[in-house]
Amino acid sequence: MTSLYEEIPPAPAPGVPTTRVTITVNGEKRTLDIEPRLLLSHLIRQGLQLTGTHMGCDTTGCGACTVLLNGRPVKSCTVLAVQANGRDVETVEGLSSAQQLHPIQEGFKQEHGLQCGYCTPGMMMAAKALLERNPNPTEDEVRWALSGNICRCTGYQNIVKAVLWAAEKMREQEG
Amino acid sequence: MYPSRFDYDAPSSIGEAVAILDRSGGEAKVMAGGQSLIPMLKLRFASPERIVDINNIPGLDYHRLDADGTLRIGALCRHEDLEFSETLAESHPTLYAAAAVVADPIVRTRGTFVGSVCHADPQGDWAATMIALDGRIVAVGPNGRREIPMKDFVLGPFTNALAYNEIAVEAVIPPAKGKARGGYLKLERRIGDFATASVAVALDMDGDVVRRAGCALAGVGGKTIDANAAISVLNGKPLTPDNIEAAADAVAAAADPRTDHRGSAAYKRQIVKTFVSRILTSVARTEQKAA
Amino acid sequence: MALDELKIGGMGASRRRVEDNRFIRGKGRYVDDIVLPGMLHMEILRSPVAHARIKSIDTSAAWEVPGVRLVITGDTMASRNLAWMPTLSYDTQAVMATDKVRFQGQEVAAVIADDPYIAKDACSKIVVEYEQLPPIVNPFQAQSPDAPLIRDDKETQTSNKIFDWEIGDKAATDRAFEEADVVSKLELHYPRSHPSPLETCGSIADYDRATGKLTVYMTTQAPHIIRAAVAMVAELPEQMIRIVSPDLGGGFGNKVPVYPGYVISILASILTERPVKWIEDRSGNLISTGFGRDVYLQGEMALRKDGKILGVRMHTISDHGAFYADAQPTKFKIGLMHSAFAAYDIPAAHLTSEGWYTNKAPGGVAYRCSFRVTEAMFFQERMIHAAANDLGMDQAEFRKVNLVKDDMFPYRTAFGFLTDSGQYGKCLDVALEAIGYSTFKQEQEEARKRGKLLGLGISTMTEPLGAGNSREYDIIGIKMFDSAELRVHMTGKAILRTGAKTQGQGHETTWAQIVAHELGIPADDIVVEEGDTDTAPFGMGTYASRSTPVAGAAVAMVSRKIRAKARKIAAHLLEVSEEDIEWELGRFYVRGNNERGVTIQDCALAAYSNVPDGMEPGLENNAYYDPPNLTWPFAAYLCKVEIDPQTGVWDVLNFVAVDDCGVRINPMIVEGQIMGGLTEAYAMASMQYITFDEEGNCIGSNFMDYLLPTSWETPGFELHEVVTPCPHHPIGAKGVGECATVGGPAAFVNAVMNALEHTGVRNVDMPLMPNRVYEALQTGQDVSGAPPVKGE
Repeated sequence: MTSLYEEIPPAPAPGVPTTRVTITVNGEKRTLDIEPRLLLSHLIRQGLQLTGTHMGCDTTGCGACTVLLNGRPVKSCTVLAVQANGRDVETVEGLSSAQQLHPIQEGFKQEHGLQCGYCTPGMMMAAKALLERNPNPTEDEVRWALSGNICRCTGYQNIVKAVLWAAEKMREQEG
Repeated sequence: MYPSRFDYDAPSSIGEAVAILDRSGGEAKVMAGGQSLIPMLKLRFASPERIVDINNIPGLDYHRLDADGTLRIGALCRHEDLEFSETLAESHPTLYAAAAVVADPIVRTRGTFVGSVCHADPQGDWAATMIALDGRIVAVGPNGRREIPMKDFVLGPFTNALAYNEIAVEAVIPPAKGKARGGYLKLERRIGDFATASVAVALDMDGDVVRRAGCALAGVGGKTIDANAAISVLNGKPLTPDNIEAAADAVAAAADPRTDHRGSAAYKRQIVKTFVSRILTSVARTEQKAA
Repeated sequence: MALDELKIGGMGASRRRVEDNRFIRGKGRYVDDIVLPGMLHMEILRSPVAHARIKSIDTSAAWEVPGVRLVITGDTMASRNLAWMPTLSYDTQAVMATDKVRFQGQEVAAVIADDPYIAKDACSKIVVEYEQLPPIVNPFQAQSPDAPLIRDDKETQTSNKIFDWEIGDKAATDRAFEEADVVSKLELHYPRSHPSPLETCGSIADYDRATGKLTVYMTTQAPHIIRAAVAMVAELPEQMIRIVSPDLGGGFGNKVPVYPGYVISILASILTERPVKWIEDRSGNLISTGFGRDVYLQGEMALRKDGKILGVRMHTISDHGAFYADAQPTKFKIGLMHSAFAAYDIPAAHLTSEGWYTNKAPGGVAYRCSFRVTEAMFFQERMIHAAANDLGMDQAEFRKVNLVKDDMFPYRTAFGFLTDSGQYGKCLDVALEAIGYSTFKQEQEEARKRGKLLGLGISTMTEPLGAGNSREYDIIGIKMFDSAELRVHMTGKAILRTGAKTQGQGHETTWAQIVAHELGIPADDIVVEEGDTDTAPFGMGTYASRSTPVAGAAVAMVSRKIRAKARKIAAHLLEVSEEDIEWELGRFYVRGNNERGVTIQDCALAAYSNVPDGMEPGLENNAYYDPPNLTWPFAAYLCKVEIDPQTGVWDVLNFVAVDDCGVRINPMIVEGQIMGGLTEAYAMASMQYITFDEEGNCIGSNFMDYLLPTSWETPGFELHEVVTPCPHHPIGAKGVGECATVGGPAAFVNAVMNALEHTGVRNVDMPLMPNRVYEALQTGQDVSGAPPVKGE
């Protein structure tokens, strides 16, 4: 895309102003020249080809694009990519290592917390932020924390169970 | 949805930001949390030539109490900071109650208190609390700082009193004269929905007598409704059922709702009345228990 | 020696889903995740007004934007004979407006550019001059003699009416009403709703001039129907069209139709000779793609004093928008609306229907619903509720008197359906017990003392799922069967493909369980593929809860064909005659000597290495399954609510769901389907609707105005099961995906109505927003939700 230029050519079309940014994505430093209007979600999806972050609503209403920016969950369709300059971004692709799933990922599978899978990455990132702040949430606290993320398939009950499952496993691992 | 092109600056000081705004001659827009501005850019309801992003300015993400109880909220204090604030839970019940119902939990990590007040959405939560608490906005421009009382700050829907080359750097809430009590109730059809009607009530209590009552309403007028005069019927009086009802009626009369798909004008007025009454009754009960 | 079926992931195992492995890692592959070399991006310019003549379109400034490759208008489409296309209900639909725009959001132009940002920039530079015409936003306005003719493009169209239709026995029904002691009446509007899968619609068209092959990656629930439609619309040879439906971010019926954006992207790829990606934004999805419902229902019920229902009359007035584009069987103009009251033993019934054009988006496709059964069952249960009240009878008792009894199956309904099986009374009893029905009245009185209004609502229904049989059910003439193809490899592992298309239902997991059940091959050894028309066998796709009833049956049938061949191979290996071979899960053995046997894996190896003389080698087959009947699951949904009378806000205190969907292949997935469906039922009952103002502006064009419930509002659901195996399905399963969406809304609404009973209010239209409930409480009057929305 011409609104986004990797460190490798093609160079931007003449007259298109770009800004150089350095962003750490899932632990890896990336330097890119981008148009200021580029949304963080588009940078992640198209520029970095991390397509696990989805776009569902365009108006900050569904949370499918939730990622962690410096550890806090944000709707990446409502953050400019330039605003991530010098900051850390964590996406769903950063949750698991090659060998080991994150307990949240396991929880979603164990408790049937997903169906079409489209909202799942955003839900998991929102859950991760919750569990870092509150390792032992009640059902209501989970429902409250996930209320910025829309799911159309599962009906939430199993998503909530999945997060509680993960919380318990994470506490066991800690303890 | 994709924003139009704009130029972008992320200055690292207020002075630098003001200089950029000054040079831009009214064609630039300040961005703090961006949770209202970015959707407007994407919908192309707003197409500023330049965005001045203040997120890289250090030292603006605070909220703190001065020794005299004055609360100061910096321009980069996020909604979530207030939602989980231990300071606020005790000192500012109205703000604390509102913090949990602003937008949704993810938006709250990014959106800012001061930015939301500046956005002056008639359905916005924070502007209402600021009016009820008689707060003021500290603005910095080329000629230095000035403080703008909330009652003069919101001029109309999405219009504030800042000059094009000014930045709101802080919200100031004066200390309560007595015990701070109050609450915030919002009728939303769903988390993240704009208010059908919401009510901010702030009381300074002297024993069981109201020293000063403040109130403002969102969602029930062309702009945030200043109901301070209406609720002042409580000043100098205890929270008896009769006084509560009189106050609720007075505030409901100050609302200026419109009939739309969220409900009729009469319905919204009824909600205002109910919510005022509920907040006051709840305060009265708590005070009774304490006594 | 037989395998433990649960251990190999067979029938009844709550096997964890195979597809989750990629989704939880962010490795799903949805249409927008696909990037092809040289790909261009398309944006569509939509009409801002509901009804207007197009006077001119000036695209010159759009062409000037650097990076723009192509600008398409209605004239471009018309020059290729593509400005109009046929709909699935034998109407025509504009692909891009040429003469006038007929709804807000209609496609007016498109820009194809190097980048979606540039395409959007260029779209905003297109200048369209409109001459506004009066908009029509409901069928009553459409009937007015002064109403403008919306479809002036059709030579034979002289009014805005689309159809009149009727079914049932009018004379017998009239007689029933003459004999009635009491006649109960009800009128309501089932509002327009939008399925809103979290992934919007989109496509990537890739036309290869060198080979003449067109590949389209597309968000479709029915890739083979799309292939046929594209062949007809674009006049391309069918073998040169490949439709690929990759992972879908939900569908719910929204991804069944052929949308203009798909067709425009195909033409754009042909013209630019580059792949062209079109991803709809949410606003485009909400204002232009297939909606559900929007029907006005009127009815009356003839009742005997003792509670017996003698007959039912129904009349429906449906709003189809600007083009009649319902996806439904040809012979049923208002879908399966006449499945209403199928759970009740009613001697006579008559239904009349009329359909109207309006200046709203076309469709009327089902939304998690088999062809209008959602409206049918909602009306049924609201009518039953009203009738019981009019008789002064208990809601549960009235239902028990009239529900079809267990010994009456197969039961022919008054509208002619043949319901197959069920234990309706038992389901209701389980639900009544679970919700504490016997003590509810007491609970209600105690709540009144606290100033709260409690209500309990019941919804009981059966519905026709799994079209078709091919005698009666088709889409544009194509019979509604489905298919499966199974290849068992020599190591005993297998690949299965079907003509269905999963959108979250978990086919990759459950289909393998059916094969495991039939053949004893562990489910983990079977890979399932769907959605690519070049590799999958022909099928009608996934909607109308038809996957398990039809494609699932085909999976069982093809497995049995494989087993039949394996049996011959087993006889050869065991050196006995076929008649002496017995089967147990996973192996054949010699009758009377269980020790002497061969596994299905032994047979698979032999199929490639040691076949008997005269037998074709290999172990693969396919099956096309044409069901003898629809499947008829039953559900009892009970809901308890509490209303705050000062605000009209209501909360669900308890919701009990008892579903009988026959044999459950994977109980975990079945329960997931039910909870998801109940959430959509709650959504429609409480907040989710699309309405319009007097100008035809869509109120609900984004997720700020079109409200979908979150984890916070959505109640918890308590699930129970009753199992009555389907008598005609190979594995006894019935459809289930839509039961909860279909039967759920009436439970919520009946509960609120029950709480309002003392006011005399008979109906509040959905969604039951607090302001509507409050208005009903204050005025004691019914509250209508018909558009246009009121303003001051």
